[in-house]
Amino acid sequence: MAEYQNIFTQVQVQGKPEWGMATENAEQERTRKAGFSTLIGWIGNAQLGPVWLGWTGMVSLATGILALNIIGLNMLAQVGWSVPEFIRQLFWLALEPPSPEYGLRMPPLNEGGWYIIASFFLLISVMSWWARTYLLAMEHKMGKHVFWAFGSAIWLFLVLGLFRPVLMGSWSEAVPYGIFPHLDWTTAFSIRYGNLYYNPFHALSIVFLYGSVLLFAMHGATILAVTRYGGDRELEQIVDRGTATERAALFWRWTMGFNATMEGIHRWAWWFAVLTPITGGIGILLTGTVVDNWFIWAQEHHFAPMYDGSYGYEAYGSYETFIGQEN
Amino acid sequence: MFPKWFDKWNNENPTNIYGPAILIGVAGTAVTVAAFLVVVGQPFKTKSLQSGPRGTGMSRPEFISDLAKPDPTIEVMYTEEPYAPEGGEAKASEIYQNVQVLGDLTEDNFNRLMSAMTDWVAPEQGCAYCHGDVDMEEYGNDDLYTKVVARRMIQMTQNINEGWDGHVNANKQVGVTCYTCHRGQNVPSDIWFKMGAVNEAAGGWAAVQNRVTVQSQYTSLPSDALETFLLDYGRIGVHNLEAHVAEYPNEDGVTTWQDTERTFSLMNYVSNSLGVNCVFCHNTRAFYDPEQVTPQWSTEQLGIGMVQEMNNDYLVPLEDVYPPERLGPVFADAPKAACKTCHKGYQQPLQGTNVIADWPELATTGAPVYE
Repeated sequence: MAEYQNIFTQVQVQGKPEWGMATENAEQERTRKAGFSTLIGWIGNAQLGPVWLGWTGMVSLATGILALNIIGLNMLAQVGWSVPEFIRQLFWLALEPPSPEYGLRMPPLNEGGWYIIASFFLLISVMSWWARTYLLAMEHKMGKHVFWAFGSAIWLFLVLGLFRPVLMGSWSEAVPYGIFPHLDWTTAFSIRYGNLYYNPFHALSIVFLYGSVLLFAMHGATILAVTRYGGDRELEQIVDRGTATERAALFWRWTMGFNATMEGIHRWAWWFAVLTPITGGIGILLTGTVVDNWFIWAQEHHFAPMYDGSYGYEAYGSYETFIGQEN
Repeated sequence: MFPKWFDKWNNENPTNIYGPAILIGVAGTAVTVAAFLVVVGQPFKTKSLQSGPRGTGMSRPEFISDLAKPDPTIEVMYTEEPYAPEGGEAKASEIYQNVQVLGDLTEDNFNRLMSAMTDWVAPEQGCAYCHGDVDMEEYGNDDLYTKVVARRMIQMTQNINEGWDGHVNANKQVGVTCYTCHRGQNVPSDIWFKMGAVNEAAGGWAAVQNRVTVQSQYTSLPSDALETFLLDYGRIGVHNLEAHVAEYPNEDGVTTWQDTERTFSLMNYVSNSLGVNCVFCHNTRAFYDPEQVTPQWSTEQLGIGMVQEMNNDYLVPLEDVYPPERLGPVFADAPKAACKTCHKGYQQPLQGTNVIADWPELATTGAPVYE
């Protein structure tokens, strides 16, 4: 018998497009076409559209494309407009922030000026997409949870590219736009400030990040496991607890003596996800502004343990033995 | 295909064969793999060289199969015991023309070293590589740049052995000879040149990095690290040694994450040159902390000083002597040395082979001492 399971959908529902409820501005703002795609039906709802782009979406897309093109064309210029080199070195290339000596001034275009311009457009793009999440939720008379959750990610984005550089007095502190180069920045940033792993807010951020993963796995698994009892109808189960909820709750009580509620698990997940960039952003903002060496800070606060034992391989074995040339 | 009775029986007795098939497949594979491991053993065995206290993760793992292969250049290295002088022999400087270095040697030892140098540096061209295709009587001429360079390189080798004992002989007496760098090649491998800007249409910090170069060891880190630190005496340390410091990145002398990337680039180069990792010298939780480094960190400090001196006092001043094809592709600068020029990827060059034992002539800037 065919089953309807949504990860990943085996049976696709394709028919007359579902238009959803008509809101005040729906007719005016959303696209007039909706179709079906078998391809996207493999991973979710097969219906494609209608899209409500709105003015915020238009602005966001336009400025986002502009920023991306500035970054890409700068990379292309760096390899002398050679497309093969651009493809070959793509992961190495970057649009770098200004050199440190420029402080918060506008540097020449080829020394970070383009970076400032691209960042400006990226900022508009992200902020207007943020506004869009608010406006669309308002249109549906929904809570603004997505808006605030996206806002927490934007907090980290702004700390990295705006708040911290301003506090440090230099745009050079921002993160390069490039695949490997932004990872280089991450490593160098941690090393420069004495090891970010001793930053307690970095630690909290990791807790919430890994916690989010764990909660997502637990919740996803629980709901899939009770789908056969109607557990996938989570909203109904929240207001009218059925056997699916009872079994899921009992399973976790047997497992660990405690269970979240059908509604509360979503608050757990939301807060864990949102706190990841919030705590991470605090940690970044404190680095170089308030604390310049996290390892020494940790030693002063007595949570960097010392290890007993010698340094140097001579204490543990000889090079000659290691390479098998012992005489 | 099958007899009718079989098809009939088959239709009447539907059986799920996929469940058992998967079970047998998985169990069968597991048994086969387990049997393989028990009989043949782990095919990718590793061995570790611990370099710090337990719990710090300070260790360097290598495949045993890799460790079993010795540096192939050790076996083909030419060496010859010295002829102990009995006293009263004529010195090379008295016998030959224009002997500016090695003049204190006896004729036998002088020729022994000359012949070894051909094997180390110019095995194919022989004596002619430096002296030219001329009669022996004209060997005193300085017509070829190779001879002028070779003379300076002999002085450099003597200086390294005498002045940088703390780096070269940190573990035991090994010394260096021409072969340590040359390994039978006219120009040693793993030399380097200045790169300058590697990106077009970019200036400042953006211009010197994010490209696949030998100088960046194929990373996106800055390509000017060797130049900055091993030629220009740049400051390598980047850390503040207090938890709180009032300073801003646009002020002079304040190290930035950009400086850190450059230092990282150098450190990565050093690691690759020696075939080791960060924890060979550092406890990576506090790179800067002198209380948490290994003795190799100090050896490395001396090594950096040694390379700076080699480049600035010996290699760069030869710039005007070289023909164009020996100069750098961007700035036409003299070829320079760094860690990998000697180490060639090994923790100790030539895996700790004592190359100096037979060559007291190269061990000192003064007259050789034969024992």
